[in-house]
Amino acid sequence: MKARVHVMLKDGVLDPQGEAVRHALGGLGFDGVEKVRQGKVIELDLADGTSEDTVREMCEKLLANTVIESYQIEMS
Amino acid sequence: MRAAVVVFPGSNCDRDLAVAFREAGCQVEMVWHKDTSLPAGIDIVGIPGGFSFGDYLRCGAIAANSPICRDIKTHAERGGFVLGICNGFQVLTETKLLPGALLRNAGLKYICRTVPLIVGTSDSIYTAGYEAGQQIGIPIAHHDGNYTASDEVVAQLTAEDRIAFRYADNPNGSTADIAGILSENRRVLGMMPHPERAADEKHGGTDGKAMFASIASALAAA
Repeated sequence: MKARVHVMLKDGVLDPQGEAVRHALGGLGFDGVEKVRQGKVIELDLADGTSEDTVREMCEKLLANTVIESYQIEMS
Repeated sequence: MRAAVVVFPGSNCDRDLAVAFREAGCQVEMVWHKDTSLPAGIDIVGIPGGFSFGDYLRCGAIAANSPICRDIKTHAERGGFVLGICNGFQVLTETKLLPGALLRNAGLKYICRTVPLIVGTSDSIYTAGYEAGQQIGIPIAHHDGNYTASDEVVAQLTAEDRIAFRYADNPNGSTADIAGILSENRRVLGMMPHPERAADEKHGGTDGKAMFASIASALAAA
């Protein structure tokens, strides 16, 4: 089984990289890009039966820094 | 007085930090990240700058979960002294020994130059050799030094006089110009600037020397 973890900076935390991407898109002529947020996706191959709670614990302990980041888990 | 300097794969200021401690009169032991305990009788742990574990995942995140860090946490929790510089500061926020986090610099550029700092407090073994309000020049060398914390945390740090250093001219977007902070018991200091790189005439500046001198004299007296 697999889990996919999306990690994003929390709303309200300035994302200078997203901001730089937004500027670059503007420079390429893409108008109307009002906001860009950049995050990361972490894919985990897991032993069958691994619970979402275990993945949540992984997020809390290592995969995300919950001071600045939020995360979402997709199990499949 | 005995200092331990931790070495992670990717640390690159470990030997400079050891030299600064030694020059101040400390006996220094280097400690490998896979060690599960600090040598007995260590007074202060130095977590050096560098790029531990290649800055993978987040700066300091993998190092914060290394075997030695568990014992550093225990050492800090029983009132031991810990000095984290640059990547060491990032490790300290990742272990939650210090509040907040370090984000990518607001200008997105790696910055390597000597910057003016304002000493925020002289009330710690690290800053006792300075006057509050004094301006000193200390080098910075980081890509992720943009300190961020909630308004409540910053208010608490301010009220408890725990902002050890502020940037006189904020280079990286840090909240409230914060360059270094102390723990609640004032025994853990995390800072992005490198005092160990301003501790000898040959460095081109010696403003960092007073930090190591005051650490050594406080611990020798203890």
